[in-house]
Amino acid sequence: MADTSFPLLTATAVLPALGAVATAAVPAARRNAAKWLALVVSLGTLALAAWVTLAFDPGGARYQLTESRAWIADFGVRYELGVDGIGVAMIALTALLIPFIIAAGWHDADPLEDTSPNRRWRPTQGFFALILMVEAMVIISFAATDVFLFYIFFEAMLIPMYFLIGGFGDRAHSAGEAEGAKQRSYAAVKFLLYNLVGGLVMLAAVIGLYVVTADQLGQGTFSMQQIAEARAAGDLAMATNIERLLFLGFFLAFAIKAPLWPLHTWLPNAMGESTAPVAVLITAVVDKVGTFAMLRFCLGLFPEASAWATPAIIALALVSIIYGALLAIGQRDIKRLVAYASISHFGFIVLGIFAMTSQGQGGATLYMVFHGLSTAALMLVAGFLISRRGSRLISDYGGVQKVAPVLAGTFLVGGLATLSLPGLAPFISEFLVLVGTFSRYPAAGIVATVGIVLAAVYVLLLYQRTMTGPVDKPEIERLPDLRPRELAVVAPLIALLIFLGLFPKPLTDIVNPAVEHTLSDVRKTDPEPALPEVEAAK
Amino acid sequence: MIGLLVAAPLLGAAVLLCGGRHLNRTGHWLGTVLAGVSFILAAVLFVDMLGRPGDDRALHQHLYSWVPVGGFQADIAFQLDQLSMTFVLLITGVGTLIHLYSVGYMEHDERRRRFFGYLNLFLAAMLLLVLADNFLLLYVGWEGVGLASYLLIGFWQHKPSAATAAKKAFVVNRVGDAGLAIAIFLMFTTFGTFAFGPVLANAEEATQATLTGIGLMLLLAACGKSAQVPLQSWLGDAMEGPTPVSALIHAATMVTAGVYLITRSGAIFNAAPDAQTAVVVVGAVTLLFGAIVGCAKDDIKKALAGSTMSQIGYMVLAAGLGPIGYAFAIMHLVTHGFFKAGLFLGAGSVMHGMNDEVDMRKYGGLRKYMPVTFVTFGLGYLAIIGFPGLSGFFSKDAIIEAAFAKGGTQGWVLGAVTLLGAAITAYYMTRVMLLTFFGEKRWQPDKNGNEPHPHESPKTMVIPMAVLAFGSVFAGGLFTSNDAFVNWLKPVTSFEHGHPPIGVAAITTLTVVMLLIGVGAAWLQYGRRPVPVVAPRGSLVTRAARRDLLQDDFNHVVLVRGGEHLTRSLVYVDNKLVDGAVNGTAAAFGGLSGRMRRVQNGFARSYAVSMFGGAALLVAVTLLMRAV
Repeated sequence: MADTSFPLLTATAVLPALGAVATAAVPAARRNAAKWLALVVSLGTLALAAWVTLAFDPGGARYQLTESRAWIADFGVRYELGVDGIGVAMIALTALLIPFIIAAGWHDADPLEDTSPNRRWRPTQGFFALILMVEAMVIISFAATDVFLFYIFFEAMLIPMYFLIGGFGDRAHSAGEAEGAKQRSYAAVKFLLYNLVGGLVMLAAVIGLYVVTADQLGQGTFSMQQIAEARAAGDLAMATNIERLLFLGFFLAFAIKAPLWPLHTWLPNAMGESTAPVAVLITAVVDKVGTFAMLRFCLGLFPEASAWATPAIIALALVSIIYGALLAIGQRDIKRLVAYASISHFGFIVLGIFAMTSQGQGGATLYMVFHGLSTAALMLVAGFLISRRGSRLISDYGGVQKVAPVLAGTFLVGGLATLSLPGLAPFISEFLVLVGTFSRYPAAGIVATVGIVLAAVYVLLLYQRTMTGPVDKPEIERLPDLRPRELAVVAPLIALLIFLGLFPKPLTDIVNPAVEHTLSDVRKTDPEPALPEVEAAK
Repeated sequence: MIGLLVAAPLLGAAVLLCGGRHLNRTGHWLGTVLAGVSFILAAVLFVDMLGRPGDDRALHQHLYSWVPVGGFQADIAFQLDQLSMTFVLLITGVGTLIHLYSVGYMEHDERRRRFFGYLNLFLAAMLLLVLADNFLLLYVGWEGVGLASYLLIGFWQHKPSAATAAKKAFVVNRVGDAGLAIAIFLMFTTFGTFAFGPVLANAEEATQATLTGIGLMLLLAACGKSAQVPLQSWLGDAMEGPTPVSALIHAATMVTAGVYLITRSGAIFNAAPDAQTAVVVVGAVTLLFGAIVGCAKDDIKKALAGSTMSQIGYMVLAAGLGPIGYAFAIMHLVTHGFFKAGLFLGAGSVMHGMNDEVDMRKYGGLRKYMPVTFVTFGLGYLAIIGFPGLSGFFSKDAIIEAAFAKGGTQGWVLGAVTLLGAAITAYYMTRVMLLTFFGEKRWQPDKNGNEPHPHESPKTMVIPMAVLAFGSVFAGGLFTSNDAFVNWLKPVTSFEHGHPPIGVAAITTLTVVMLLIGVGAAWLQYGRRPVPVVAPRGSLVTRAARRDLLQDDFNHVVLVRGGEHLTRSLVYVDNKLVDGAVNGTAAAFGGLSGRMRRVQNGFARSYAVSMFGGAALLVAVTLLMRAV
């Protein structure tokens, strides 16, 4: 597509960025106006993302809606945007979830009532501005086809996230407000440091990439398209060791963000200490940049090294799946439980990516989207529950379904989506990842399948301990059911989980061609069935 | 048309579960009517099917492409052949009756609307299971019935025991589900597809190892759903659910899905003798296991649950025999559907009249107070023990003959096991009968001090019991006259006549003798002398049987306690070691831990900002350096 056409991708990212600035500028006295402004902007962004999805032609070129402008010419850094089907899916997911996150967090940043001297300043409009800022940066990351451009936003989104975690954390802390504040700071800094370390290593690898391209092509470049073309033409051949080093540099950053065992320990802290909508922002949106980047940059830039590292990465992914699930079973804190469940799910995503089959990678891409929806449903309802009772401890609940059946029902649906019940969307992605893994690595596929049993355990234990049983705590007796605003957040998510579970074709149609391209990057084809003639005769 | 079968109850579930309180007064009738609509549709399709010749009876309906990714092509598509039709009639027929029964049974439950929503959901999922034309869609129904079962076992969620039982059922079933998933993976990597048609038609071409693998994984799935050893532990606890649920899901339909799966995949098992051997072993072991457990339970529903396990053991065993057994497995499945559902509904009727008491030692002499329940339950009883002329006699006898016909030592062993099972069946069922309806009344006031006033149940409950009793009496005879049932299924499951090493008449005589021994033993113990209200301590075997032969205790100690220790220690490891190791490694490179410590002293923000500033500076410097 010509560069002269309307820069749709830029617009999709700039709108929330401008919205963030405008929201932040709303006077403190009119914080409701700030909330509505943020919501409207996020809906506008959703409309633009819908436009992106419709404008994308699944049968067309690999990267579409491309924009390309010189930026820092001296270093070959260009402002290059473009999306393949995977990018479209991720942008759509991001734009879709943000309005729900904003609506769910409607009162999360209201001024505190307590007047204690160490009370923190919490500008309501800042909360929503930061969310929009994260959205803008995430969208740019999904659309960037220039490595350096990607890197900048990959790193920059840490700043608004840091303030969201540390500044607007969950106040439901069993150990009291002061200890809570301490825990929040710890979580925010841990998040920042982990990701910064990854980012710094990646920066070194980015520079290394520049050096290699400059060395071999005469002019250094960060453009995915130029690198791919040079590679295809045989002009670019990285030395094996260099390629592996650069790959590891990129991969480390993405594996921290994803997060992969054993680099996962920041996530339970971050998700536990932030409010539920921010926790959803972390795991459903921001972390997906990590797995997305593995698909696009690790495989696209370093195909040989990817193949070389595959056995180790598959092992780490399997550990993540089982370990995350076992840890989830052992949690006493609702939000930390969901965090460990997410670690298990990220294991599935990474497994699917590195299985290097169309089912594995297609499944992994769908998994990113569906996990976003299912975690949002489960975590946001959990957040509504926590905000009622003021505690995150599972043991502080019990019998909730008796007093708040709608809340319990939606929580159960979110949980069933998390355990990938057939009929709901996550089943499709999980099954595809498993079958795609099994067809190349049968043993790994079987080990990962154990994860589906463990998922049933942690989800149903959580449901049993919080929702069922007699109502024997006075705080539970007075628990109100979901309010209209809350139901308006959850109901569409559940409807989407069901719809996409029954009819995922609109999404697979977009994703499939992109996965084929990615597989051709790494020169892999699906394993043939043992009896191919059966397939042919079908 | 086929899709409508599933759609009707699905619509009911959606309306009843999402609808508001204004449906409370009519919802149960909506659910019942939609179940009835499904049944009428099924009947119409059945008549239509009978009009076509045997080899041309299967109907196919392709709705849409569901998950197309590369070579992986999953469709939403249905197949209605004789095997599916049999199940559809059973599911919708018994299902409708049990909806009707529930109208009365759940009358005083404030959440009755939701109960009917779950029942409708179950029907939809179960119909999907038997109508799917590929294994992945079958899997959707498979887990769908698991969900409905979970929701219904735990229907009285305020009872911790019900919530625990529901979770246990789902988790144990998930183990089986994992087996089904792996079987599908294997089919996909072998055949490139998992649709019934191409997989089953080409099964013989795959290697022996692959087929055995698929067969064993399918067996694992069947063990979970059909409560076969070693995944049987959930069924007894599942009796926490309301009794209509036990009748429909945990006796007549869902628990027989494993038998459906094995029969449906017959082509795979036929070509994998090792897997078949595993199937008959599982069936034979469960047959005895369930029967022994059934002898020791004082809870009427748990005694019946043991019996269900045992009877499904018969079916699984028959299905493992191959073409000489498939049709008999399904025949016993259908007759069992009638008499076991009838027995459970009878048990529910008794509980209804006895303030929800389930301990049979506190019943006694009820035949005078609940005559209709006594008669219908009694007919079901005669049917299950295989009283000559009633349904169970024909279907069980056929399995015993087929077991002998397996041939060789295996045939003798299996024949002996099935005969022994027949005696134990007669024993525990006579025990139930005597404890409940005969002898002196042993009623006691419940914990609120209310003396029970046993009375006959309302019409909505009695009519379904009568219909099922009718089926229990006549179905077997109808099915076996002119081999009607075998001929009906033959085009799908294929059929070979088994040739038992001893005469058929001799086997029948033996069966009747075993029956009389069982009945006599029970009468000596429970009919001739008064029954103590408190169970005697019993022998070691009795005590073990009361505890489900300790298998559950094993699970509890090894899996539950072991799992708790494992997760707890992992939580510790994660918090201390993994976190510490990663932080420590980072510290070695960048003094991270020092920073972390200061963070806790309150310098968080300044440090984070300076850290980020450092990074930004680094970027800037790098760029500058390159520029120079």
